[in-house]
Amino acid sequence: MREESDVTTEQLDQPVSGKRADAIFKGVAYACGIIILLALAAVTVFLLYRAWPIIAGDRQAKVETIESFTGGRAHNFLQFVGPLVFGTVLVAGLALLIAFFVAIGIALFITHYAPKSLASALNYIVDLLAAIPSVVYGLWGGIVLVPAIEPFWAFLAKYLGWIPIFAGPVANPARTVGTTAVVLAVMILPIITSMSRDIFAQTPRLYEEAALALGATKWEMVRLAVLPFGKSGVVSASMLGLGRALGETMAVLMILSPGLKYSVKLLQASQNQTIAANIAAQYPEANSQGVSALIGTGLVLFLITFLVNYLARRITRKQVAK
Amino acid sequence: MQDKGKKTKVRLLAVACAVAATLSLAACGDNVPQEANEASSAGKSKISGEFQGAGASSQQGAVEAWIAMYQRHNRDVKIAYNPTGSGAGISTFLTGATAWAATDAPLDAQAIEQSKSICAGGGSAFDVPVYVSGITVAYNLKGLSGQDKHLNMDPATIARIFDGKISSWDDPAIKEQNPKANLPAKPITVVHRSDKSGTTKNFLSYLKDTAGEDWPYEAGENWPNDVGQGSKGASGVASTVGQADGTIGYVDASKVGTLGTVSLKVGQAYVPYSPQAASTVVDSSKIGQEASGPGRLVIELDHGTQAANAYPLLLVSYDVACPAYQDADTARFIKSWLTYEVSRDGQQLVADNAGAVPLSAATRAKVMKSISLISVSSPSSQGQGK
Repeated sequence: MREESDVTTEQLDQPVSGKRADAIFKGVAYACGIIILLALAAVTVFLLYRAWPIIAGDRQAKVETIESFTGGRAHNFLQFVGPLVFGTVLVAGLALLIAFFVAIGIALFITHYAPKSLASALNYIVDLLAAIPSVVYGLWGGIVLVPAIEPFWAFLAKYLGWIPIFAGPVANPARTVGTTAVVLAVMILPIITSMSRDIFAQTPRLYEEAALALGATKWEMVRLAVLPFGKSGVVSASMLGLGRALGETMAVLMILSPGLKYSVKLLQASQNQTIAANIAAQYPEANSQGVSALIGTGLVLFLITFLVNYLARRITRKQVAK
Repeated sequence: MQDKGKKTKVRLLAVACAVAATLSLAACGDNVPQEANEASSAGKSKISGEFQGAGASSQQGAVEAWIAMYQRHNRDVKIAYNPTGSGAGISTFLTGATAWAATDAPLDAQAIEQSKSICAGGGSAFDVPVYVSGITVAYNLKGLSGQDKHLNMDPATIARIFDGKISSWDDPAIKEQNPKANLPAKPITVVHRSDKSGTTKNFLSYLKDTAGEDWPYEAGENWPNDVGQGSKGASGVASTVGQADGTIGYVDASKVGTLGTVSLKVGQAYVPYSPQAASTVVDSSKIGQEASGPGRLVIELDHGTQAANAYPLLLVSYDVACPAYQDADTARFIKSWLTYEVSRDGQQLVADNAGAVPLSAATRAKVMKSISLISVSSPSSQGQGK
């Protein structure tokens, strides 16, 4: 009797406690989901609130602030933020362009070409690269790469100088958009590589075998089966990398000689500046109006990242729909 | 089931214990300075407590040296200095969060007005010079640069180089002033600060005051033209200049290292940088008339000086303090801290450790007069007196 009753209580007990755990877990999960929304909303409100003086404040004070930031070269917020947006997108886009193909190459090599022992060593190295802090990349770029890469840029300018982006005279020391983009490319390389690698590794074995069975060579198999399967994942990996490049501060600050031009001369100094590096450079000595101008540029960067992510979503969704 | 429940309970208990322990430890942490404060107000003779300042990054090296030495003599005092930059330092000071601020630019009228709300007794804050640093025009040119090597330039030549008008080292203007130097036909790469900086402002106002039409820009904390390259911080400029042949930039004297420096034309002679030559200019400069308010001592640098052996390119950095504080300990600390900073020992210390230009006896006497305005009697008793 006694034993039986014990069993029944336990049987009754279990679903009840399971239900409670379910409810608790649901609550926790909801809370986590809401926290991310709240954080985003808080950031937006903060940016808008602190940037308000530069959007709607006293006209004269605004002009003075912007002029003090640019040494009198820009007079309103749009003139100030325009070249910064251009520079940010240019540097980040260039870094992505350099990193993208190399990253895809590494990912394909690891998943489809490399012998197993080498692949696992490479995996380890890629993950290690991702963990290096950006200030270390900045130091390396500023102290080692800048003097080392100058002869290469000089070579490029000599033979390809007729292309406007490679026009000389080459800056020496080479603290230019070109050098910065190379360092940023190295920084985002591991992100894109590791995500692409994971996607490529998930390609259904059947697709690959089907392609091979139809007489495809290995390269054709990769092109017909692996790449189409991984496309959307690779795009989102690139967007993640681009996001890091857009917001990268320390490395840009330590390498790039800033300027405020709409210029694509990659080998000349003082052409462009990025928003994040500009904030870091100007913030320490800014007064309250200046801080709100800088936060205004931060708001613009925030919007750009949103835009980039939105575009990436649309691209991936289209791919999936196909 | 019951077992599990027990385990959870034990765990909860453990967590609760841990939280309680942390909280009680934190409470202990809070208590320490308070007790110290009480002890000191009982003793009255010794200053103790924790005090904070913030401001100009140019002063960082100097303030660190001062703090180390001051704390050695006053073991109960803990000082923290946060080199957030002049503007941010003044803003923080005006919220009352710090005891003093350091700034490369004198206070403006608005800051003086605002300071009345945080200084006790309705007095307004004042600024006094505590740190003077020479600014050198440093260059890197194979065979011609190195420690104690100099090229001669007049202000107009420097202005035209930094404005991109002179773009090669063998330009006649440079050759003429350096007949003995074998100047190469190398392009000049100008290096300037990319961050907002008091050094930039002082360099620009020197050019504006001395180069006449050759320097068309206003003085500001940001570099005004697109010539050459920008680099962050004095050490950034110094390392960029050191990285390539044919570069020239302006660097605080303490950061110049082994680069060659330009001798400035003053009167008929060329003067290389030396602390004595810079100090001469501080002494012969006027005290600013615009700086109204008790205790304020703003030096209007005489960039156009013609005096013999004077080096007019330098940066004067100030400390901002209140004439009276709510807290008697803070008032006594600030008075003794500022007194120490401008003392002969204090100035010599930063000259040795941070490459500063020591203030002369005459200037120190003026600063001490301002510092003596700080009232150390407690404001509450003053209020009762009224």
